[in-house]
Amino acid sequence: MRVRNMLIVALALILVGGMAFAAGQGEGGAIKIGVAGPHSGDLSPYGLPTINAAELVVEKVNAAGGVLGRQIQLVVEDDVCAPEVAANTAAKLVSDGVVAVIGHICSGATYTALPIYVESGIVAMSPSATNPGLREYENFFRTIGADDAQSPAQVDFVVDELGMTKIALLHDKGDYGKGLADFALAALQERGMEPVLYEGITVGAVDYSAIINRVAAEGAEVVLWGGYHPEASKLVDQMRSRGLNLVFMGADGIFGNAIIDLAGAAAEGVYASGPTLPSGALAEEYRQLHIAKYGAEPGDFFMQAVSGALALFNAIEAAGSTEYEAIIKALKSEKVSTPYGTIGFDEKGDATGVGFSIFQVQNGEYVSVQ
Amino acid sequence: MNVEFFVNLFFSGLTRGSIYALLALGYTMVYGIIQLINFAHGEIYMIGAFTTLIMVSILTILNLPIAAIIALAALVAIVWSAAYGYTMDKIAYKPVRQAPRLSALISAIGMSLFLQNYVRLSQTSDFLPFPRILPQLQFLSGVPGLSSSQFIIFVTTAVVMILLTLLIKFTRIGKSMRAAAQDRMMATLTGVNVNRTISVTFVIGSVTAAIGGILISSHIGQINFYIGFLAGIKAFVAAVLGGIGSIPGAVLGSFVLGLTESFGAGYISSDYEDVFAFVFLVLILIFRPSGILGKPAAQKV
Repeated sequence: MRVRNMLIVALALILVGGMAFAAGQGEGGAIKIGVAGPHSGDLSPYGLPTINAAELVVEKVNAAGGVLGRQIQLVVEDDVCAPEVAANTAAKLVSDGVVAVIGHICSGATYTALPIYVESGIVAMSPSATNPGLREYENFFRTIGADDAQSPAQVDFVVDELGMTKIALLHDKGDYGKGLADFALAALQERGMEPVLYEGITVGAVDYSAIINRVAAEGAEVVLWGGYHPEASKLVDQMRSRGLNLVFMGADGIFGNAIIDLAGAAAEGVYASGPTLPSGALAEEYRQLHIAKYGAEPGDFFMQAVSGALALFNAIEAAGSTEYEAIIKALKSEKVSTPYGTIGFDEKGDATGVGFSIFQVQNGEYVSVQ
Repeated sequence: MNVEFFVNLFFSGLTRGSIYALLALGYTMVYGIIQLINFAHGEIYMIGAFTTLIMVSILTILNLPIAAIIALAALVAIVWSAAYGYTMDKIAYKPVRQAPRLSALISAIGMSLFLQNYVRLSQTSDFLPFPRILPQLQFLSGVPGLSSSQFIIFVTTAVVMILLTLLIKFTRIGKSMRAAAQDRMMATLTGVNVNRTISVTFVIGSVTAAIGGILISSHIGQINFYIGFLAGIKAFVAAVLGGIGSIPGAVLGSFVLGLTESFGAGYISSDYEDVFAFVFLVLILIFRPSGILGKPAAQKV
């Protein structure tokens, strides 16, 4: 028993000592910025590129004299994309005394971390969390378009660019797919339009000719699809083999080579919306920096993370302090040049100037058409 | 909402019905003889589709003519699926033949999970594009709303049904199947080799399932390890609808189900496609508890 008691005392001392140490680091010296996301486990490909992005931006900023004359120090914490882990990750970052966090990556993990940051006065800048509800938090900013920005972009393209008004909305009855269809419906109604058809289909059914006949009978010119690529390729294939050559458009769930592999020639001409690709000198510069330092092409959300880090450091510099309120105010008022061009943030923390583009399958690959 | 739309929906209902019928036959024949709901039946359909895909890929490399590729691939897939059906009976069902019916049912569910995951691990969990092996029939181009693959599905299903009816009505093995279905004990006593009859039943059921797998996969253009589940459940519903154990009932139930789904999706809403199917099932079972053509089981008191 005595050994055990001693162990407990020792552990308690270590914990208390650790906290005192952490608190002691909070003032003066370097500005601490947290980097949180999945850095291990099967979702780590989404989180690791953000660390690289933050490191590259920080190296460049520090070499140029830092922010407010102080150096930036990164504090990297893993949340494995799990909401229950993210709470601990956030608490750890708070106790480390960070002034802002680049992350989190997954919407679910971000949801649990944000209230903890609000309480402690910490700004969060996510490169990848797309859930619309996150914008309810005053400290939340993102450099990626939200889910509900995608469907309006599709509707704009169909109505304004293609000049088509008879739109059928089909979805797979799932959270993602039905969500997209509902946002598209709202975007249509905002224009005073109604879809000619709004229907969910059964995933995995042996035949979709009934719903395709319905689409044809309603005289639709465009099918807007909310869902993933397997059902999309079946629908497109059966439409084409029935001789129905209407416009088929999906969201980022069908953006990728999978639908081209599955549907083959029938995929030709299919539209998909996807995140706008970065372009310009800054994008190329960071791509080259990444290749030089890590020996590989940058991964997912790298450019969004670079943009987020640049915007964050720019705002701290403009605010003239690391105060919570001042940073938020500066983020909302300042414009900053990023790999996505000059971006700013609106009242809700969504980046203006990043968003979704429309792509089309031409000769077996997706090319940007808008 | 005119005649053409109605005809189109009718054809898509027939397509679904044909596929359900090819699968439902396997359920109903096995149930008729050993009162077992073979939940792994949908997996045989999936294995038939996978084998065809693999064979077509191999034979295409060998540069054979297209007709030979189709015939050979389909033949191998049918034989391979039949072997799976036979082996499944020997491994999973024969040892529990005398046990309570629940044991065999659980064994069937286990078999289904095993086969799904076996294919997932040994092949892939992704969707694979399935080659369009069904020929394009030129004379159909004048018929609106009927594609070549749909037409081939109807014709093949009809041929399979006729052959099966002849087999059951006029051959020795058909006679022993009917005998075993009526009274297994009595059939054994009169010299029918019941175990062999059961094996043959599994083989025939697997052959029809494999044909269904090949047809629908080339109609829909893609497969993965999970396609057997929903198709299997729907075919099972069709078999119950028509009266499980009755072969004409399974066919009738399948067409009723296929047409209900198709017209429901077309005229009301495809959101409720599955709902129509199951509401219809409930209604029929309320008024005819043993299905449309099923015979009420006589209770021996």
